[in-house]
Amino acid sequence: MTVSARAFKYGDNINTDYIISGKYKFKSADMEAMAVHAMEELDPHYYEKVKPEGGFLVAGTNFGLGSSREQAPLVLIHANTKAVLAKSFARIFYRNAINTGLPVVACDTDLIDDGDTLELDLQGGVLKNVTQGREITFSPLPPVMAQLLADGGLVEHFKKHGGFAL
Amino acid sequence: MIPLPGKTIAEKILSAHSGTDARAGDIVVADVDFVMGQDGTSPLAIRALEEMGVSGVFDAAKVALVMDHSSPSPLEGVSALHTMMRDFGKRTGATIYDVGEGVCHQLIPEKGHVVPGDLMVGCDSHTCTYGALNVFSTGVGSTDGAAAMAAGKLWFKVPETVSVTYSGALAPGVFSKDLILHLAGELGADGATYEALEFGGPVIDGLSVEARMTISNMAIELGAKAGLMKADAKTLAWFAGRGQRTPHPQNPDADAVYERELTFDASGIGPQVAKPHAVDNVSPVEEVEGTPIAQGFLGTCTNGRLEDLAIAASILKGRTVHRDVRFIVAPASRQILLDAIAAGYIQTLVEAGAALVTAGCGPCVGTHNGVPSDGENVISTANRNFKGRMGNSNAFIYLASPATVAASVIEGRITDPRAYFGGGAAR
Ligand code: SF4
Repeated sequence: MTVSARAFKYGDNINTDYIISGKYKFKSADMEAMAVHAMEELDPHYYEKVKPEGGFLVAGTNFGLGSSREQAPLVLIHANTKAVLAKSFARIFYRNAINTGLPVVACDTDLIDDGDTLELDLQGGVLKNVTQGREITFSPLPPVMAQLLADGGLVEHFKKHGGFAL
Repeated sequence: MIPLPGKTIAEKILSAHSGTDARAGDIVVADVDFVMGQDGTSPLAIRALEEMGVSGVFDAAKVALVMDHSSPSPLEGVSALHTMMRDFGKRTGATIYDVGEGVCHQLIPEKGHVVPGDLMVGCDSHTCTYGALNVFSTGVGSTDGAAAMAAGKLWFKVPETVSVTYSGALAPGVFSKDLILHLAGELGADGATYEALEFGGPVIDGLSVEARMTISNMAIELGAKAGLMKADAKTLAWFAGRGQRTPHPQNPDADAVYERELTFDASGIGPQVAKPHAVDNVSPVEEVEGTPIAQGFLGTCTNGRLEDLAIAASILKGRTVHRDVRFIVAPASRQILLDAIAAGYIQTLVEAGAALVTAGCGPCVGTHNGVPSDGENVISTANRNFKGRMGNSNAFIYLASPATVAASVIEGRITDPRAYFGGGAAR
């Protein structure tokens, strides 16, 4: 399945506080309401820009460092983020993204500019930069993670299979 | 056919728990021996379990929830979460450690819930602490924790391993905390992301099990997934009489393949201090000596163990905390508190002017028990000094060993502890 959307590009070392500030962490369990604040510290208009048509969050190295809060991938999903593309990810964020159903792709994001239109085929391991007319390759996700993402995350996987079926 | 090379501790433990020949880079589904949550993360895990439609836990003897972060409860909202945890314990049979029992990362090994060779996960980033006990333990999010509680297994990416060897010997007044702060300074906060650290060499062999835990505790501050050590006679002696199961140590093969091999001469490392607001912003104590402090904190899963209280008591014996300093002490567990009372350390510390708080996380996360004021400097034995960590983003946190903290609270400013170990004239 191919997903097409625009790229919204940011820098290196985006920590979980930038993705969703700790001050909102315990305020609400309603992720739709929290999603309005997604990426607020870096870009106050992230939600307005991405929500209507969806978008790819593009970043540099060590995306998602900091706390183990699962609200971080959840608010990105609720802001209609189709996937996060970064040069590298912090470990706990990476796990939490897969477990909550947010696709994460480690690739050379220098080949993407803000505003480019991208086409992502997650299973096939192909990312097309339509604007620049080039293909960016990445290693396809290992089957375990691909399965979890296809099911919509770990909770949905449990519901669907009646337990852990990997 | 070329024989496959040997394995690291991480590869061996993940192989044994997944029934596969697990090598760095593989993804495995592995059985976990234990699952832990604390009061900041358990409520979300309990909710995730409900969403999954799961009512019990895979094995009640292998799940524990600990009330340590905000304990005793400072707010009615937290009290409700504590009640939710107690109810979960009653419903599922999972072990509950209530107010006053201590910090999760002290209790899980102290009560023998894990043994060498185990694989365990905890909903707390410092779950890597038990690596010192030859347990592959790592922090996960609440949904992962819920899945592990429900199914007794999880998926893991087998990490590459960085071997860190310490040669030489620690000088008097220099401790395991100084080694790990030094390493954080050398490698940086993302210096070992996705990787496991494997510590060894004569200096690690010479450390007590408690001092080793201080090092593994901070592996996450370098981005690492685990901070592992081999099980030796000391490790096994530590578990004698407390392990709930038989240890099954997994020590590295002589021909194990490492991503990098680093060696440091411990003789050249002095007391270290991590300056605000990053754990890798590290300097030798000499560079920050004299910085005035308003609060000292001795405790946490990093340095709240008996040996740490003993070191501080030996420095503070017959001396007093500076009149401009508040000195807060939180033993890491009830057992440590009892042992410290029996050994006279608590008497010494309190006589010197310490304020003793409940065994647990104390002021570490800033929910209660000693939130600093605007502009104040704090010197702490904890593992994190991020802006706002102790509850005030306008305060400045310095991290150091128990010896450096004890010497500093006497002087009212950051002080090189070596003077108290025969390295110069102590007051
Ligand atoms: S003592 Fe501090 S670092 Fe350790 S578990 Fe408690 S809050 Fe976390």
